[in-house]
Amino acid sequence: MTLRSAFAAVALMLLFTLPIWLGGHPYYINISSQILFWAVAALALNVLVGYAGLVSLGHAGLLAMTGYTAGLLLQAGYGHLTADLAAIVVTLAASAVFAVLALRSTGIGFLMITLALGQIVWGIAYRWASLTNGDNGVNVVSRPAPFGISLASPEAFYYTTLLLFLLAVLSMRVFVRSPFGASVRGTRDQARRMTALGYNVWLIRFLAFLVSGFWSGIAGLLYVYYHQFIAPPTASLQASAEILLMVISGGTATLLGPIAGAAIVVIMKNVVSAYIERWNLVLGLIFILIITFMPEGLVPGSVRWWRAGRQWLRVRTNGWAARPARERSP
Amino acid sequence: MNLWLTLTVNSIALGGLLFLLSSGFSLIFGLMRIPNLMHGSFFMLGAYFGVTLLWKGFNFWAAALLSAAGIAVIGGLIERFLLRRLEGQILPQVLLTLGFAFIVGDLCLMLWTGDPWQPATPPELRGAVQVAGLFFPLYRLVIVLVALVIAVALWLLVDWTRLGAMIRAGVDDAPIARVVGIKVSQLFTLVFALGAALAAFGGVMGAPYLSVYPGLDFEMLPLALIVVILGGVGSLLGALAGSFLIGFLYNFGQALFPDLAYVILFLPMLLILVLRPQGLFGKVVP
Amino acid sequence: MTALTVKALNKSFGGLRVTANVDLVVEPGERRLIIGPNGAGKTTLFNLMTGEIAPDSGSIVLFGRDITRAACRRRAHLGLARTYQIITLFSHDTILRNVTLALLGLSPLRWNVLADLDGQRHLVDRARGALGKVGLDHIAERPLAQTSYGERRRVEIAMALAQEPKVLLLDEPFAGLSIDERRDVQKLLRAIPREVTVVMIEHNMDVALDLADRITLLHFGEVVVEGTRAEVVADPRTGEVYLGG
Repeated sequence: MTLRSAFAAVALMLLFTLPIWLGGHPYYINISSQILFWAVAALALNVLVGYAGLVSLGHAGLLAMTGYTAGLLLQAGYGHLTADLAAIVVTLAASAVFAVLALRSTGIGFLMITLALGQIVWGIAYRWASLTNGDNGVNVVSRPAPFGISLASPEAFYYTTLLLFLLAVLSMRVFVRSPFGASVRGTRDQARRMTALGYNVWLIRFLAFLVSGFWSGIAGLLYVYYHQFIAPPTASLQASAEILLMVISGGTATLLGPIAGAAIVVIMKNVVSAYIERWNLVLGLIFILIITFMPEGLVPGSVRWWRAGRQWLRVRTNGWAARPARERSP
Repeated sequence: MNLWLTLTVNSIALGGLLFLLSSGFSLIFGLMRIPNLMHGSFFMLGAYFGVTLLWKGFNFWAAALLSAAGIAVIGGLIERFLLRRLEGQILPQVLLTLGFAFIVGDLCLMLWTGDPWQPATPPELRGAVQVAGLFFPLYRLVIVLVALVIAVALWLLVDWTRLGAMIRAGVDDAPIARVVGIKVSQLFTLVFALGAALAAFGGVMGAPYLSVYPGLDFEMLPLALIVVILGGVGSLLGALAGSFLIGFLYNFGQALFPDLAYVILFLPMLLILVLRPQGLFGKVVP
Repeated sequence: MTALTVKALNKSFGGLRVTANVDLVVEPGERRLIIGPNGAGKTTLFNLMTGEIAPDSGSIVLFGRDITRAACRRRAHLGLARTYQIITLFSHDTILRNVTLALLGLSPLRWNVLADLDGQRHLVDRARGALGKVGLDHIAERPLAQTSYGERRRVEIAMALAQEPKVLLLDEPFAGLSIDERRDVQKLLRAIPREVTVVMIEHNMDVALDLADRITLLHFGEVVVEGTRAEVVADPRTGEVYLGG
């Protein structure tokens, strides 16, 4: 436990002083902001994927919905607070609708329905041009200035994102350890037994979806303020797949997993895009490699391969006797 | 009057193409329980292959069949060497197909550039036919005819042949089918390849009408999804009914409500989910 | 008032009749054993009683309350608990957490998003107590994945007993156990207080017969013989069912 707290303390310190040790480079500070809000999006999706055992391929739709609602309301002249609150409310409503429809099924059916729902959001963004400005997207003229502090600079935005990120992580941690969090995980492992034990499995899943939608909304707000722009690709199937990739590449079983996954995907996307134009190709390849060789995620999977590698080395140097007793054949 | 007629013809033509696309999807989903997220890619890749063959001077039908065969091989290889490794793990298989969809999409962009390709309608199928005093574009009718022929062929295959019986057994209960000696794994590869071939064939048939362009894969995939959810998983009749319904919705929707046309497509799907989750003709909820 | 009254219960799957006009009356505190060859519809009967499947016709009354239409989760709150033939425990958790989850199912605490579950002393202590009753409290913190089959069977029983049910349905509690393990479970089941009515499905005659007050024999979904142990053993139809002819 102490080792973990030490790690956490060091990590926090590094995060708080990041602009300093990154030498004040706007590019790197901005990438860090991106990693943080995509981590929030990944944590949000993981509530469903990792804890409820429900894989959604429509979460970019929720994130985009928040961004679009805020952007359009800002364009219409509303203030930041009104626009942002309204956007979250709209996203929660959408999450409720998504949930009611998607929970008609579980497993693959759930996946297909969320995929379709995400596509509907994309379709509205793309085709209902009179509402959403279609392919041209929506511009956000300025970032908010809470309490008079402008968030225009990379540093200021970074710290805001960091604050919301830490809130997200904290709330997830509390959620995971709570009785409700345990119920959610129970429905993932043995839904039928949970019902027989007295739990309302549908309602548990529905509420988990709302929690997931809420934090997707927060990520959506950070997204639209970061880029000061939002367009249909944000709601696409590809975008949903990217968030899913963050979750599964980092591993769904821990809080750290989605965060690590977000970092991996964001960094890779930025690095790769500098050299190759074909990010989709790389995205697809990573998907396939992870699923084939490290299905539990990069973080747990790497640990497993590391352990297996050390075991192999030990056997090579010390012979058969080095294998633990239960692995030697009877 | 003329507008409605044109829309109707276009609707049944699109319906025919959608049937070619979604029949394969429905078979794969029904038997292997995986929604093949690279099905749109098979359609698009088939169309690109076909267009290239046509450009090299091949006869239209030869191009379509060769392309279908080629995509069948690709599909079969993917199933045999990658999907089969994950047998029993539905979700990883689905994600694998998604990964491939992204790879194929970018590969096509690299090989065939970002411009749309639209081959000319095969010369013998150009022009219009006159029926009851009205003119119908011949090629669109041919699409429908071909789709119906294939529908009958598939129905005969599934309901009347031994192979079809094995497929039906696999759909009903794969583990038990294995126990009675049906080589379910090989069946999976076959059906996956067959589904891919159907989609590719549909892609080539659709090329003179829809053209082929980057993004076609992810435009067709949700349509296949809607048709199958609407019509019911594993049901050819459902795929037929769903395809034509969506064909009509798409064309009439575009004409009447262009802004909401895309979204209108999903409405019957959502309705079915709420009222009858197993679809119009399906037996199981996906 | 009876503990459990099942009247004219019917269920068919497609053309197959799995439960045929079953009548069952279990008195409070009784130990009822349900036997029958494979495929007789015993587990289906349990599933109908718990509400995991819905009957085609008939009624189920639990301590005077008609639960035929009640949702499965509601029946747990009304005092019905069960164990499963195939072990369906929470494999990612410790056995203490498994039992805690069973207790949580009936507690309003299950909707709480803020408290720390491990810190809920009263719940966790009760769970530990339930594990103690089955002799597993010394390994309460052990992950389920590292327990033996026999231990897992006992965890199942602990989870069911922890809910302090009025009627406990045990589906083949002795399945797959060694002789020593069977003796332990037998002791356990004998120790269940008479406040709990027990209905048990079992194949394993030598251990089960001892525990039963009355026995119901099912075959092809219908009740063929019912009565005390002596009556059922003596009845010629019992032999027919098991030996054919």
